[in-house]
Amino acid sequence: MKFIVVGGGLAGLMATIKIAEKGENVDLISFVHVKRSHSVCAQGGINGAVNTKGEGDSPWNHFDDTLLGGDYLANQPPVLGMCEAAPGIIYLMDRMGVPFTRTPEGNLDFRRFGGTLVHRTAFSGSTTGQQLLYALDEQVRYWETQGKVNKFEDWDYLSAVIDDNGVCRGCIAQDMKTMEIRSFQGDAVILCTGGLGAVYGKTTNSIINTGSPASSAYQQGVYYANPEMIQIHPTCIGGDDKLRLISEGVRGDGGRLWTYKDGKPWFFMEEWYPAYGNLVSRDVASRGIFKVCRELGLGLDGGDSVYLDVTHLEPDWIEKRQHGVLEIYRKFAGEEPTKVPMKVFPAMHYSMGGMWVDYNQMTNIPGLFAAGECEYQYHGANRLGANSLISCLYAGTVVGDKVMEYCKGLKKTSSDVSSKVFDAEMARQKAGMDKILKFNGPENPYVLKDEMNNYMSTYVGVVRTTKQLQDTDKKLLELMERYKKLGVYDTGGWSNRTAIFIRHLWNMFELARGIVGGSLLRKESRGAHYMPEYPNRDDENWLKTTKAKWTPSGPQFSLEDVDISLVKPRVRRYDVTKDQVIKEAAEKEAASSKEGAK
Amino acid sequence: MSDVILKIKRQDGPNSRPYWEEFKVPVAPKANVISLLLEIQRNPVNLQGKPTTPVIWDCNCLEEVCGACSMVINGVARQACAALVDTLSKPIVLQPLSKFPLVRDLMVDRQKMFENLKKIKAWVPIDGTYYMGPGPKVAPSVQDERYLISCCMTCGCCMEACPYVNPKSNYMGPTCMAQVKLFNAHPTGAMYKDERLDAIAGDGGIADCGNAQNCERVCPKEIPLVSIIAELNRETAFRGFNRWLKGKPKGPGLAAPG
Ligand SMILES: Cc1cc2nc3c(=O)[nH]c(=O)nc-3n(C[C@H](O)[C@H](O)[C@H](O)COP(=O)(O)OP(=O)(O)OC[C@H]3O[C@@H](n4cnc5c(N)ncnc54)[C@H](O)[C@@H]3O)c2cc1C
Ligand code: FES
Repeated sequence: MKFIVVGGGLAGLMATIKIAEKGENVDLISFVHVKRSHSVCAQGGINGAVNTKGEGDSPWNHFDDTLLGGDYLANQPPVLGMCEAAPGIIYLMDRMGVPFTRTPEGNLDFRRFGGTLVHRTAFSGSTTGQQLLYALDEQVRYWETQGKVNKFEDWDYLSAVIDDNGVCRGCIAQDMKTMEIRSFQGDAVILCTGGLGAVYGKTTNSIINTGSPASSAYQQGVYYANPEMIQIHPTCIGGDDKLRLISEGVRGDGGRLWTYKDGKPWFFMEEWYPAYGNLVSRDVASRGIFKVCRELGLGLDGGDSVYLDVTHLEPDWIEKRQHGVLEIYRKFAGEEPTKVPMKVFPAMHYSMGGMWVDYNQMTNIPGLFAAGECEYQYHGANRLGANSLISCLYAGTVVGDKVMEYCKGLKKTSSDVSSKVFDAEMARQKAGMDKILKFNGPENPYVLKDEMNNYMSTYVGVVRTTKQLQDTDKKLLELMERYKKLGVYDTGGWSNRTAIFIRHLWNMFELARGIVGGSLLRKESRGAHYMPEYPNRDDENWLKTTKAKWTPSGPQFSLEDVDISLVKPRVRRYDVTKDQVIKEAAEKEAASSKEGAK
Repeated sequence: MSDVILKIKRQDGPNSRPYWEEFKVPVAPKANVISLLLEIQRNPVNLQGKPTTPVIWDCNCLEEVCGACSMVINGVARQACAALVDTLSKPIVLQPLSKFPLVRDLMVDRQKMFENLKKIKAWVPIDGTYYMGPGPKVAPSVQDERYLISCCMTCGCCMEACPYVNPKSNYMGPTCMAQVKLFNAHPTGAMYKDERLDAIAGDGGIADCGNAQNCERVCPKEIPLVSIIAELNRETAFRGFNRWLKGKPKGPGLAAPG
């Protein structure tokens, strides 16, 4: 058996380790050196109901918070699986030597995060993603020395090789130094290629997160699920090249959001949401800030920012827990956050939507699997903070086992497949690159990306309207026309990053159309998707996964029921506790049955 | 928006001749060096008004945590994403790191740093990924010390600054030494402490450090490389002495995970 993992963030590295430790070989293909994957950016922490603070937390409670946070759009069984596995995964990472922040007794410490009332987030200072990624990177390096893992770093994934029966048998990738395009044979291909922030540009994501492999799979027939569910993080700071995140962990450690009203500080989240305060789920917090700034006109200096304040906290204590984040603020905003409140605003952060997968992490193309931010399975309509890292690690472990089962059931392996199948896909990809290298028109690819970014950030964010979404789609179609008039500027055959970027650009356009199409389709407000025209959640008609199928003329959508077999969806409120909501619902039910009896 | 002049040392490939090219680039507020390079991508025209190819460089996170964007900026090795234009003297001069094979323009190949990590067995060996309960307890003070080293991004700035990393030497470099300490300070990692010390006792190891102390000055993560190397020096010497006393062979092999 031969396995291909594409992407070496948390999900990809975990999958790699799982396969290698079973004695199988992995080709690990990655756009960047895996140690530099976007997972390094994660700051705040990783969730798992280890329950060390006497709060009565449990995996079921974590599960329930996650469903509520996601406005019930996630299929429930895999989410429960994740929450049950989470404490064990945190322990595993601990055994690998992750320098998690400790209690005085030397145990793991936990902090609070959004959308929950308990301390469930393990963390390593404020660079948790970096520390987790490094621990996995080290284990993979060990497996490299054992000859089990073969890395192809600085390679761009281009497409899956699909045989006449519609089964994935490998992939095509390009060496970004020599520009060689070659095929890789594999009985299972696992895409762990991360998010798509570059579609928005103004984002907290790494600049490499173009979502290109997911888009390529989508264009080859993989369903793209819930594309409209894009997370806008409430607390980001500016920058000319990209935006930067001020972790939710800062609020978990006591940071407060406020602005001036009638000349006095107004802690609006605490006023509106007494139970959860500054730690409501992210979509709610972003809408809160949006309301303050755009509807009430109370943003700082009349703009879109509010304060995130830690000046009331003991400086040494907060410095120790949040050094990485505070340094980012110092460096990029040029002010001292322990003395002056930080100025923050909402910006694109994460994609809940992604490639459709089944409970075995397999896409609708047999043999092609996906795990991590590039798939849609764990977060529904909104992701809770610190749930991504755990979902990546969990999905990585699941897929590592499931590919093995899948391959055992195969009648024919990839080595039995005619080389013609590989050659044909390779020829298609080579022809694509040759075409790009001949582009000699007047349009600049980076400028086209900027134009897409402006539309996506402005119109497909916190609040969406039909008109603006339609305008954005029109703009995307215009850009796709202008793509034909691109110039490549660089026709070289060595490390030609411009040509590679042009290939990604098209893939970003296709994803953007999926996002806009899904947003236009969903006629309700749920989680991150908020349309004042349809202000309420509509479970009767829209408790559905939107599935985009690629066609040359644009995405075609179908709807799939959500598996709500474990928990009945409740109203989503953060002004009172969950217990209160359940109590009120029970009282209402009792009252109405009494009414009925009369 | 004001303009700034950028002077960039370019090279089309490993075997091509380097050349200098200048650009005049508009500077937005809070711009860093990466913003300037992005601006060149949008308008690849040099100072003389001649169309040219966009400059090639490495970067991902843009928040000084992935280590990709190291380059020599006004003579100092550092992260381009953390180099704010306002704080730099002008014209801004950009060069690739010189201690690594050049790929193109400002992009270099730092693979050797990753290979060195294999030599020093830079991992905590585990029995497998299956459930075995929590890891060992770690004192907060030990965790603090390890955390600092664990922030190393393998960016290569210390290699660039170190005079003992050069074509005539196999010196693995300051960061690699620090990684030995990172794993030796972990309760499980410490079980194989001697093997790591042996790995840096030989060729390319700690004896190649001439104590120039440049590494610590350029480290973007402020890792106390100098004191770590001094400590390891003592430990390798002590181990060498002990071995000589006992006339013993090396310790047991590093257990394989799985
Ligand atoms: C600033 C920031 C802070 C965050 N903080 C937290 C947090 O505290 N807690 C939390 O739970 N989540 C957090 N998140 C979210 C979380 O970091 C990500 O969702 C998660 O790391 C994604 O991991 P991944 O394994 O799916 O992909 P990534 O880590 O993004 O890795 C993707 C991999 O795919 C490869 N790849 C991409 N494109 C290609 C291609 N074309 N060809 C070949 N390979 C390719 C890349 O090289 C890379 O190795 C944060 C996100 C951001 C932006
Ligand atoms: S781009 Fe990651 S360190 Fe600069």
